[in-house]
Amino acid sequence: MPMKTARLADEATETATLTAETKAALDVRSVQKTYEGQGRTVEAIRELTFEVGPGQLVCIVGPSGAGKTTLLRCMAGLLELSGGEVVLDGRPVTGPPDGMAVVFQEYGRSLFPWMTVRQNIELPLKEKGLGKAARREAVDAALAAVGLLESADAHPWQLSGGMQQRVAIARAVAYEPSVLLMDEPFAAVDAQTRAELEDLVRSLWKRLGVTVIFVTHDIDEAVYLGERVLVLSNRPTVLLEDVAVDLPPERDQLSTRSAPRFGELRGHVYELVQAAKLGQRPGGDVEEP
Amino acid sequence: MTRHPVIRKAFFALALPLLLLTAWWVATANSTSFFWPPLSEILATFPETWFNGRMVQDVLPSLARLGVGFALAFVVGIAGGTIIGLFPLLRALTEPVMEFFRALPPPVLVPVIALFTGYTGSVGKVVTIALGCLWPLLLNTVEGVRGLEPVLIDTARSYRLSLWRRMLYVVLPGASPRMATGARQALSIGVILMVISELFGANRGLGAAIVQFQRSFAVPEMWTGIILLGLIGVLLSVTFQFFEKRVLAWYVGQRDIERGA
Amino acid sequence: MTATAAPPRPSAPAAQRPRRRRSWSGGVIGALGVLGAITTAELLSRLAIVNPDYLPPATEIFADLWRLLGEADTWVALRQTVTGWAIGLAIAMAIGVVAGVVIGSVPFLRAFTASTIEFLRPIPSVALIPLVVLLFGTRPLSAITLVVYAATWQVLVQVLYGVADIDPVARDTARSYQFSAWRIARTVIWPSALPYVVTGFRLAAAVALILEITAELVIGVPGLGRSIGIAQSSGAVTETYALVILVGLLGLAVNVAARAVEKRVLHWHPSVRRSLG
Repeated sequence: MPMKTARLADEATETATLTAETKAALDVRSVQKTYEGQGRTVEAIRELTFEVGPGQLVCIVGPSGAGKTTLLRCMAGLLELSGGEVVLDGRPVTGPPDGMAVVFQEYGRSLFPWMTVRQNIELPLKEKGLGKAARREAVDAALAAVGLLESADAHPWQLSGGMQQRVAIARAVAYEPSVLLMDEPFAAVDAQTRAELEDLVRSLWKRLGVTVIFVTHDIDEAVYLGERVLVLSNRPTVLLEDVAVDLPPERDQLSTRSAPRFGELRGHVYELVQAAKLGQRPGGDVEEP
Repeated sequence: MTRHPVIRKAFFALALPLLLLTAWWVATANSTSFFWPPLSEILATFPETWFNGRMVQDVLPSLARLGVGFALAFVVGIAGGTIIGLFPLLRALTEPVMEFFRALPPPVLVPVIALFTGYTGSVGKVVTIALGCLWPLLLNTVEGVRGLEPVLIDTARSYRLSLWRRMLYVVLPGASPRMATGARQALSIGVILMVISELFGANRGLGAAIVQFQRSFAVPEMWTGIILLGLIGVLLSVTFQFFEKRVLAWYVGQRDIERGA
Repeated sequence: MTATAAPPRPSAPAAQRPRRRRSWSGGVIGALGVLGAITTAELLSRLAIVNPDYLPPATEIFADLWRLLGEADTWVALRQTVTGWAIGLAIAMAIGVVAGVVIGSVPFLRAFTASTIEFLRPIPSVALIPLVVLLFGTRPLSAITLVVYAATWQVLVQVLYGVADIDPVARDTARSYQFSAWRIARTVIWPSALPYVVTGFRLAAAVALILEITAELVIGVPGLGRSIGIAQSSGAVTETYALVILVGLLGLAVNVAARAVEKRVLHWHPSVRRSLG
């Protein structure tokens, strides 16, 4: 499994910086998750193992119902594991860990409607014990980074969907997490806003050096954003393939998406997802769903 | 008349009330009916009936009892409702019992409480009002806490908000629209109980005064009492709406946008 | 005064989520809760923590309730209460629905009556007690008047919300096809307002029972409320409690029945199906 140590700023090519002794930012070890209902058990995740190096941007794709959200909630410490462990910065995750922020798919519902945009971003910082001046500065910086300074005193529901998701991102960014988890954050916004937000995520990631794990069902988005794309099988979930995205680090909607290599990678991931839908498992065996 | 928006609004707000009052005035103007004295006579009786000490001796104590009873129910209902709402097991355990007390028409509390405290003092009345107000507040708070948006709870958890911050910034505001619904129901039940609790044993208070007028066939005075009670009801409702609008501005705004208004 | 000003919100996806899991185990736990409450009441009395003269042991109360259920008088009182409640509620429904649809669908009337409704609605129904006593004494009409007054507002306000909630496109479509007013009312207004009508019914049913019992207790209109008053003033403590429990069970039955009606009527209604899908 490839691992990378290089900070992104001086990253040159994919293969140049591979080392073995790297400490992973996030280490997912033999994670299993089975839901126990009344007289019904659903095996959501059979076994998942992968590592994410510090400062990496990893996308996770899979067919719908592949347990992507379950996996993310397990990593975020919001769900108890049935087996295995998740290790963040060397410490096993037992509950929501320090230094991790989550951006949820339901942007509208993850913002506190009774608070202004500023208060929404400020609340986790209060919890961190930041002083008033420091909070103000951090909120302003985060809002400026997502281009929403002038909406600081609006309520979230007064903003458009794309803007709401920007607020959620600003809240996560202001928290200065070492790992940022994003759960299909752009699934519910229109195509144009989506492209803007994708570039926003790329630029924030580069500037802040934060580790990003981005769950999506959109193959184009995964290849465009990620340095790696983890393709999941259908339920019960295992890792189908860990695809390295060897596109240049400078990406833009027009040239990157029309590059031949982008097309190849996209095609490859697309085939994997199609195979996953049909029940393809690693090693070639097909399991009936 | 309807050209200017403010005039138009004023017309629509005042036209029917004035019309109804005029109709009442005219219809009873030469009334000799014992039950329906002329409105002019009722209004003339109003000041001497209520402003000769009754305001202080009857009306204010009644309102004070309502205030204390409601406040007690508010504190206990919201604290208890929040705790029950947060623990599913506790909720399952208490739900049928609470449903019973909610379904119990509050006035039947009066004879039961009369057993314990009697009805001459204020204690029994305040307890009656508080107990009647408690259930709508409690049950609506439970529902409000239970219906909190799960994504918001996940958000609060993932940012590791402490217990009291979660309470103060997430649970209480999130449940506040339902709490307001409960408070509104509680207030209307409280007014009913304020009046009814004075009909047993006591000889003072707004409700007692009105019934005394009726029993002594002082009909115009009785009508002033009905009008006063109506005015108090309207005043309480307006006050409540004033606070509700301030506290729940976010909720109203969000709802209007969701509805596409 | 009325209970609810906020219109019902037909969809509540968050609240629906955990329901399914705790079906029977929830019932068992709830039964344990009821048993616990009864046991506590029994012990409070038996151990004289609360003066048993004021709170008889729960077992004695239930025994007395059982005795009362064997007596014809109880059933007569119960029938009187339910009759007054039902008549008042039916009248309130009729007035509320008709007035609500008429006022709601004519914009002029709506604007014209808004302030008056806002003013009259919070007037406590108990304010009318002295008046109905003068007019009707202890006849059932006293209770029915109070019930109608209190319950009508619940229905009227909900119907007004419902009519306001009608899809304007549906109404414009009906107008553009030159439907008659009657047809518009039947095919557009009524189905859209139905969920609100049913909610109004549920709220009104509870309020109606409160006022019926109040009238019986305070004025002396025949019914369970009066029985409670008589039992209490004659010092029959156990019987007072037994009757209070009977009234509570009646209230519970009214609530459960009203919710069942709501569920049944709205089962196939598009607004419910929409929120489920």
